[in-house]
Amino acid sequence: MTTSNLTAGEIAVGDRLAELRHDVTATTVVLGALASRDDRPMHHDRDFAQKRNGTQDIFLNTPNQAAWFERYLTDWTGPMGRLGRVNFRMTGPVFPDDTMVLAGVVTDTWTDDVGCTWAKLDVELSVGGVVKTLAAASIAVPSGPDDNPWSRKGDQWRP
Amino acid sequence: MTQNETESQTGTIEEGNDLPADVSALIGVRQYEEVAEFPVERGYIWTTCASVENGNPLFWDDDAAAEITGGPIAPPTMLSVWLRAHHWAPGREAGSQLPLRIHFDLKERLELPEAIMTEDVLVFHEPVRPGDLLQSSQILRSVSELKHTKLGVGRFWVIDVEYRNQRDELVGVDTLTGLGYRRQGQ
Repeated sequence: MTTSNLTAGEIAVGDRLAELRHDVTATTVVLGALASRDDRPMHHDRDFAQKRNGTQDIFLNTPNQAAWFERYLTDWTGPMGRLGRVNFRMTGPVFPDDTMVLAGVVTDTWTDDVGCTWAKLDVELSVGGVVKTLAAASIAVPSGPDDNPWSRKGDQWRP
Repeated sequence: MTQNETESQTGTIEEGNDLPADVSALIGVRQYEEVAEFPVERGYIWTTCASVENGNPLFWDDDAAAEITGGPIAPPTMLSVWLRAHHWAPGREAGSQLPLRIHFDLKERLELPEAIMTEDVLVFHEPVRPGDLLQSSQILRSVSELKHTKLGVGRFWVIDVEYRNQRDELVGVDTLTGLGYRRQGQ
């Protein structure tokens, strides 16, 4: 389990996150769809995906991709990291037998008006060097050992 | 909806295709206020974490969750999961409940048979916790002019889905950009 926590002082623009590689299987796709209560057939029925969507196979759904991005980011920050915003651009499907690679880089760091410390990252999900999904994410991290972004409520939390 | 080709809100504007007045009138109007069919529960949280091998102790270790988040929470990116209708329920046909209904309304009203989602922005507010009963509403934010795109002639639209808990606290907003279009010959 992830137990260590990054603090703002340990993060700098240009920092690169360790890549996450995962071999996608039909189970990956179907389990992801099941977990997100997505019963649309292109995520579990290859015939449907090929004939109706014109894709080579079933493919990962968007909510499950979001879950992959979240896991990737909080593996990096530790559990104190609190996602504020994620912007996805889907550029191509991810299929069984793909090896997907998530890679990220810190593009900005700042402290907002209420003292919350943030990092912004660009994260790419790619297959064979081809980007399939691009994400820009803002995640709050502790400013120091006595800070916890999760303790912020109401107007003290400005994602 | 599918996601099989890149598109952005660009394209050549088609002349003489004003947005129908009844569609313009819906911009900014809150629609489809719905209450979840079941409370947030840990089974789906664990299944989601298992599906992406997410070992964040917030979702597995109650002591860690108590210390950091004041008790168990759901992964923020699970927002849409809690408002997904059951595939079947008494009195309705299997698979008859569509998510993101404004998107399907626009496809039909604007006679654009194909659609893809091109962008999705999730913003997270108050944490979602097991036992919460979420509600959602949908607001059409914009519809573009008719444009020629790589996929065909169509329009981009932006829809906000707002999620609140049973205390009416905002827990998140999902802003989706869709492209409805006709392929050549359709």
